[in-house]
Amino acid sequence: MKYLCLVYLEPEKLRAVPDHECLACGDRFRDSGLLVAAEALQPVSTAATVRVRNGELSVTDGPFAETKEQLAGFYLIEARDLNDAIHAASKIPPAREGSIEVRPIRELDRP
Amino acid sequence: MSTDHVNEAVNTVYLSESRRVLATLIRLLGDFDVAEEALHDAFRAALEQWPKEGVPANPRAWLVSAGRFKAIDGLRRRKRFDALDEAGSKADVAIVDTAAWADPESVEDDRLRLIFTCCHPALAADAQVALTLREVCGLTTEEIARAFLTPAPTLAQRIVRAKAKIRSARIPYQVPARHELPARLEAVLRVIYLVFNEGYAASSGESLLRLDLSAEAIRLGRLLVELLPEPEAHGLLALMLLHESRRAARTSASGELILLDDQDRSRWDRAQIREGERLVEHALSSGRAGPYTIQAAIAAVHAQAANPAATDWAEIVGLYDALLRADDSPVIELNRAVAVAMRDGPAAGLALVDAILDRGDLSEYRLAHAARAELCRRLGRTAQARASFERALALTRQEPERRFLERRLGELAGA
Repeated sequence: MKYLCLVYLEPEKLRAVPDHECLACGDRFRDSGLLVAAEALQPVSTAATVRVRNGELSVTDGPFAETKEQLAGFYLIEARDLNDAIHAASKIPPAREGSIEVRPIRELDRP
Repeated sequence: MSTDHVNEAVNTVYLSESRRVLATLIRLLGDFDVAEEALHDAFRAALEQWPKEGVPANPRAWLVSAGRFKAIDGLRRRKRFDALDEAGSKADVAIVDTAAWADPESVEDDRLRLIFTCCHPALAADAQVALTLREVCGLTTEEIARAFLTPAPTLAQRIVRAKAKIRSARIPYQVPARHELPARLEAVLRVIYLVFNEGYAASSGESLLRLDLSAEAIRLGRLLVELLPEPEAHGLLALMLLHESRRAARTSASGELILLDDQDRSRWDRAQIREGERLVEHALSSGRAGPYTIQAAIAAVHAQAANPAATDWAEIVGLYDALLRADDSPVIELNRAVAVAMRDGPAAGLALVDAILDRGDLSEYRLAHAARAELCRRLGRTAQARASFERALALTRQEPERRFLERRLGELAGA
């Protein structure tokens, strides 16, 4: 099963988790065959939100969500089950400053 | 060997050996999560190395050794990074103890250690069930959650908490000593029977996606008999097999419940009955028959009757008397009352059921009211029968049971 581990962090806490720790975590996941993909994200202030309504494209700034914790990165992993995925998520360094949301991947229905 | 063949070999070994390897790795590494990581790494190593080197003569020993090596290696490397990996220091100590890991007797006992740890009384009952199914049976969290109609995150949390409890309470990874064994075995048997009953109740099938928990429980029961041939382990396996033998006959094609008396006995599984009977005899011959063995003996008496009228009710009442001596519970008293009704007539049974209900012990137990309703019906006391069926209906939560009671109630009105 694939799981997406979404890393949420308050912007001021970004510095509390050094990049080298996150790199090491990714390496470890890669070594043990868990890792499908992982990336860190630029701050929310750089985001553009795209919508198409009635064929019209609109682009807005942000999402600028109300919550203080913002999406800071993700790890897409392959794990045996939810508990294995949770165990892996507990090793992601920002877990101790922010939170990791573990979401099972849904396979799209093929016609 | 081609890669496909090796992949297939690794899969086969995973199915047959992964639980044994895990059980040994938990002992060697002293932690469930570290052991599960090591197991994962060992199988990855197998996928890489077996195509080059061939499948080893003793895959289990190879995997234990690879898992152990990977765990040491991983712990040493990651120590630099995470200080929060508390399990690390403990596992390091365990790894030094190299003499213990290869002892064949220890290895054979590991699965038993795992079962007793998962069913440890310090863990909540639902956690015992979840942990046993995941660690001993190898089911995934999602499979267990579906089987128990529980959200997967709820079940995952139960497992996380149970493992934390094992760690914090320092629950030892061992087979209980002789003087503790009866009580601890009872906890294991209870977990297995709970899994079985969950599967049995679901077998009339709201959802086909639900995993066959009864089959899983029978597998567990067989494993326990193999590892720890105690009379009650035989008794429980017998009881499950004898119940399971009626599976095809206990529901109609449209999923309606069929009572024992109305079942087509030619549809009972004779092989399961024979095996159940052999196990009961074996357990009874020990002279230490407990509640599971006696219940199995009762089921065996039913299985031996060619039709309901041929049932030896005197024998069944006698067995219920023995069961009450072993386990004095109002539910057993109720079952005995029903058997007495079959032996001596409905009036005798009704007097006993009313006595139990008057005490208030089973006033919220749907089957007590359903039994009372049936006895009243047979005595022609339609109004009382209706009142009791309605009470049972109000208390039931299972869909097939609800439909069954409604049908009985309907038949009553038509009478």
